[in-house]
Amino acid sequence: MTRISSPDQLEEIRQAILDQRDPNAPCVTVCAGTGCLASGASRVIAAFKEEIERRKLKVEVGFRGTGCHGFCEKGPIVVIEPDETCYLQVTPEDVPEIISETIENKRVIDRLLYVDPNSGEKVVRESDIPFYKNQKRIVFSSNRKIDPKSIEDYLAIGGYRALTKALFEMTPEQVIGEVKEAKLRGRGGAGFPAGVKWESARRAAGEPKYVVVNCDEGDPGAYMDRSLMEGNPFSVLEGLTIGAYAIGSHEGYVYVRQEYPLAVENLGVAITKAEEHGLLGRDILGSGFDFTVKVHRGAGAFVCGEETALLMSLEGKAGQPRPRPPYPVESGLWGKPTNINNVETWANVPLIISKGADAFTSIGTEGSKGTKIFSLVGKIANTGLVEVPMGISLRDVIYKIGGGIPGGKRFKAVQTGGPSGGCIPEQRLDLAVDFDELTKAGSMMGSGGMIVMDEETCMVDVARYFTRFLTDESCGKCLPCREGLRQMHRILTDITEGRGKEGDIALLQELAETAQEASLCALGKTAPNPFLSTFRYFSDEYEAHIRERRCPAFACKGLISFYIDPDACRACKICLRECPAGAIDGDKRKIHVVDQAKCTKCGVCFEVCPSRFNAVRRISGEPVPPPIPEEQRMISRKSAGQ
Amino acid sequence: MNMNDVDQIIDRHHSEASSLIQVLLEIQAENHWLPKEALERVRERLDVPMARIQHIATFYKAFSLVPKGRHEVHICMGTACHVRGAGRVLEKVQSVTGIKPGETDLDMKYSLETVNCLGCCALGPVMEVDGKTHGKLSPAATADVLQGYE
Repeated sequence: MTRISSPDQLEEIRQAILDQRDPNAPCVTVCAGTGCLASGASRVIAAFKEEIERRKLKVEVGFRGTGCHGFCEKGPIVVIEPDETCYLQVTPEDVPEIISETIENKRVIDRLLYVDPNSGEKVVRESDIPFYKNQKRIVFSSNRKIDPKSIEDYLAIGGYRALTKALFEMTPEQVIGEVKEAKLRGRGGAGFPAGVKWESARRAAGEPKYVVVNCDEGDPGAYMDRSLMEGNPFSVLEGLTIGAYAIGSHEGYVYVRQEYPLAVENLGVAITKAEEHGLLGRDILGSGFDFTVKVHRGAGAFVCGEETALLMSLEGKAGQPRPRPPYPVESGLWGKPTNINNVETWANVPLIISKGADAFTSIGTEGSKGTKIFSLVGKIANTGLVEVPMGISLRDVIYKIGGGIPGGKRFKAVQTGGPSGGCIPEQRLDLAVDFDELTKAGSMMGSGGMIVMDEETCMVDVARYFTRFLTDESCGKCLPCREGLRQMHRILTDITEGRGKEGDIALLQELAETAQEASLCALGKTAPNPFLSTFRYFSDEYEAHIRERRCPAFACKGLISFYIDPDACRACKICLRECPAGAIDGDKRKIHVVDQAKCTKCGVCFEVCPSRFNAVRRISGEPVPPPIPEEQRMISRKSAGQ
Repeated sequence: MNMNDVDQIIDRHHSEASSLIQVLLEIQAENHWLPKEALERVRERLDVPMARIQHIATFYKAFSLVPKGRHEVHICMGTACHVRGAGRVLEKVQSVTGIKPGETDLDMKYSLETVNCLGCCALGPVMEVDGKTHGKLSPAATADVLQGYE
């Protein structure tokens, strides 16, 4: 394909692509995101290609491997257009039937449809599935319509219209004005207004200027940036190019985690294709504006998500943060003005430019406009990526979209904002999700992870888990973070292992305050949040651990014991066989007894004991009853139920 | 590792010192660890001090200064996997392979690492073997997966 050298030529090419496509022709789309690939999507894709080839179908059938649809739990996901018939958990064996029934005979295959677990109703169209129906998909909606490696697909859905508008109808100042008016706030965590940042970068003295995409998505439990970069890399590049034009930059970098190989691959393809088409490189679309993009892979350091650490890493050094100010917009990469935004922020830019700030601000709350993508994971029925308007209540996200807690368990808390975020309890579920409300509740937006926890999650253990994570990821440069977190982790570990003592809480609070006040970067300043927010809402759990040596969630191994109730045990031998430690004594018709000295507290006996007996008890905070005497262990035939 | 391969990698990055991390990543990908001779070559051609190379190679988790086993096993310990029982999967892997995170067995079959999030949270607990993701694992299923590797 030749380089496109004018907006008119771009429109001609777009029209030519659309002319070749019949919107009513059947097209099989299979999600080829990392989640579905892990569930076997590549074999499903191969089966479809082979079957379409082999059948010599009368009608022409299109095929497309798309970006992530978000409902990763139910992958591999297959959607047949134009009817949007959605099949879940598809295997290669289902493929011939899908072709013959759904494509050739237009019949829906019932067993592959989504079944609403509450009503038992089956849902045919993807967008009617409650998980999708209650979302507002704007940034994320194109993922399922396009092959992320195909620039034709991106042009077919109107791609690069925003860039054309920016380059030919707007001055850089107008572009910045539009983004400011849209009140777009950075999606990476801090929520700083993007337009204000761009303006500072534009005004900053020094040449050259740089723009950077932060795709170092290190928060455990968050993967929306990966799915956007994998599923729609052109939208990120288009947003970045618009930003570069506004700021006056001709060089951009995309910083991607190396743990995301598919994102690196799809982004690389997108950059090459954009360059070939004259949408990157010299004289973009004949406008005279030059802009090139390079990819930099991260090498595995959580702290590199922090912007000054990221810049160090881009320069080929160890990613250790430096104090701000000066902010990167004044002195960033190689000491030059550098504007860094997160993937999702950049992906919002083309939408703001093409649809206007008013359309963007019509969604959201006073202080937070637009939508936000969250990854809804943990103890939740519908796991996946959800895009919702700012201001939606946590309750709606968890129950309407997420389908509630599986297994009849009780909701306990939702953790937002990544490792440095906080836990929000049940009584705050009606909170309207936006930047400011989450901060008020002692948590934060972060990059948008939402990890749901149920009654079996111990909040002290959660605090210990995150503190361990942050201790490991501390870059070691400043003392409050490096040593303070280590001590906090040690105390929290003691508490979860039954060595908690009076005074621990006060010491934790003191360490937390010091780390908040005196750490150099955001990692250290926010690192005490996991402790502070769990203590704020669940201080009773801390007290139970310390004073009663009791874990209310039965999660901390050091504080629980397993005991078989001799009155309930029917000597079925299941737990005895399954126990990996060989800690259960018993026999046929002989009541089983746990040898507490051998027990490793793995909980297998508790899980495998048939629910009609329910003989295995978890005990915490009180002594284990002595084992029943040997001579009383035999069950007579009668009482064994025979 | 063949020094020609190292040279080719360095050439691709035009011997630029700022490409140090990218160069090391490519050597790591090709060779699975960073041998001393390769680092010497990088030092010479990129003209950066060995202390800085050592700093980078130990600061970032992607790098290894010791040889790795034939199969790299990564157990995700991210939050979503943690609350869904990643600890038990890790225990199983340790008992099957006989090694702890950070170690390689004597037969050089497995290297075991824990990682913080692979971004497959919907499929937790997750284990990655040689880049292939295995999701929704129970301890028993984990053992089955490992048995499939020679």
